[in-house]
Amino acid sequence: MTATVPDNQQLAYVAAKAADARVNVEFESEGMTLNIGPQHPATHGTLRIVAKLDGEQVVSCEPIPGYMHRGYEKLTEVRTYPQVTTLVNRLDWVGSFANEVPFILAAEKLMDVEAPPRAQHIRTILFEMSRLANIVLFLGDLGAQMGGVTAVFYGFRDREFVLNQIEAVTGGRFHPNFDRIGGIKDDLPKGWIAETKVAMDKVLAFCDQIEDLLIGNEIFQMRARGVGVIPADIALSYGLSGANLRASGVDWDTRRDNCAPGLVYDKVDWKVITHPDGDSFARCWVRLQEVRESAKICQQLLDTIPAGPIMAKVPRIIKVPEGEAYVETENPLGVMGYYVVSKGELTPFRVKIRTPSFNNISVVPWVAKGVYVPDVITILASLYFILGDIDK
Amino acid sequence: MSSSETATDTDTDAATAEAPLRDEGREATLAQVTEVFGDAIVGSHIRPGDDLWIRVVRDSWVDVHEFASRRLGCTYFSFLSGLDWLPSPFGRDMDSQEDIITQGTEAKELPPMTTGYAGGDTRFQVFSRLNSTSEAFGITFKTDLPDDDLSVRTLVPVFLGAAWHEREAREMFGFTFVGHPYPVNLYLPGAFEGHPLRKDFPLLSRRVKPWPGIVDVEPMPGDDSADGDGDAE
Repeated sequence: MTATVPDNQQLAYVAAKAADARVNVEFESEGMTLNIGPQHPATHGTLRIVAKLDGEQVVSCEPIPGYMHRGYEKLTEVRTYPQVTTLVNRLDWVGSFANEVPFILAAEKLMDVEAPPRAQHIRTILFEMSRLANIVLFLGDLGAQMGGVTAVFYGFRDREFVLNQIEAVTGGRFHPNFDRIGGIKDDLPKGWIAETKVAMDKVLAFCDQIEDLLIGNEIFQMRARGVGVIPADIALSYGLSGANLRASGVDWDTRRDNCAPGLVYDKVDWKVITHPDGDSFARCWVRLQEVRESAKICQQLLDTIPAGPIMAKVPRIIKVPEGEAYVETENPLGVMGYYVVSKGELTPFRVKIRTPSFNNISVVPWVAKGVYVPDVITILASLYFILGDIDK
Repeated sequence: MSSSETATDTDTDAATAEAPLRDEGREATLAQVTEVFGDAIVGSHIRPGDDLWIRVVRDSWVDVHEFASRRLGCTYFSFLSGLDWLPSPFGRDMDSQEDIITQGTEAKELPPMTTGYAGGDTRFQVFSRLNSTSEAFGITFKTDLPDDDLSVRTLVPVFLGAAWHEREAREMFGFTFVGHPYPVNLYLPGAFEGHPLRKDFPLLSRRVKPWPGIVDVEPMPGDDSADGDGDAE
């Protein structure tokens, strides 16, 4: 474990400071400063990256977020607890249901309420389905980032099967706003379980397709293998999470290791995927395998949904008792946590949102040092961030 | 913490006995920290089977993180942020209507300043969270910052990931992280004035217009008795 700031980190900061001159391309005697973003296809969102180049090599690289900061931590202080889910839906907007869950679980923990078993099951299924909706899009989009557009259409096509099912239950494709303190909003519609099983088969077929088309592709492997290697100690020190951490060989998944009460991962048979390499390829590969595991989890849970109510008894006007609670779950992008401080009011006193992409992208100055310019794009693609998740 | 012992205990005992067992594990962790830091630990809180809070004096802030990282196995840096315990003088401006709707009384006066788990002596606190990936537990560390000197040493030498979190806490709360390699704004524009997450920073959109969702807390007809009142349970 390194205990001091390495030179490259220092350099990255110093160089980015020097580069912050608000010009697009600037020639200097010692090299060139290249601004990628804030509007750039490779940043999918408004992330600006200032890279200092020496020829084709990146000397230093600093992401500059904040072009879409919406101040959700401040806004939660003037929203009632049920209203907060509407806000946090907009953090990771391609897997939005998963954003609501840890906040609801934190509120349930403070109120000492537990959702009925049926609600917990359906909540876990929808949680995994938002992971599918998220990562299937990632796998498709990966193609575009690596220069092969075909995979994008496959990703968008097969994501629809999952989104349709989410829409059938929640009424929302992007922002379900479906989770409630003490349960879920509605029960499943008729015939949904059978339809979802078909959708899961389609997702598994997509995994096979994308494995042949993209992950097994020679050009993809040449561009991704051995590029952007993050060792395990660096990954832990930066707080990387999700597939980025497991691709560095760290066998840690909050779904298995400290599953928050209110989700039923202990009732299904699945495994945590890790990869020892820590490069871009490993991150993409781990995500692909996680889609398969996730579909397996859904299939098992669909067979075992218990009967019963979907809401516990909670007061209509929700006041959360005084206290502090931190709940983290394994979201599509990584560990998402909410640190909720309550003063017994209608609104939270303070909510600290720990978003996965924030930590995942903070490693970019470290990992992008010394790589070639095209590799910056593949590294960013493999680290996988959603801008709303960085900017909060 | 001896993980093997805990594991066998859990296997033999009934599942219901798990909560006090985990509590023992956290007590052992706390005892380990207290043994080394002694008086530097000024507060702690354990919620059995759930979580552990430790408040340290400001001078031990970096040392306690280094200790947790090297001796307790908490090598995973989760986040760092700040807390402002001042009761908000602005945040409830238009929301005071809630009090009139739900309790039929005039808007409340500001309550006295109170702090959360593990206590606190000053208005501002820095808190951070570390995880152990091998034994699956987490610790929340807190430290008080005196009002006249909102500074603390940076955690970057221990956890590289603290750099961005400290930049965020710096701009949002106005803290100073001594020794930070690149202390500039992360989200906010360079010329931004004020520290938005402080409680005395007004949320302007909310002062101009109350949030329309306020009708959500209006009691429904026929819902008047037990359930209508928030703290009936």
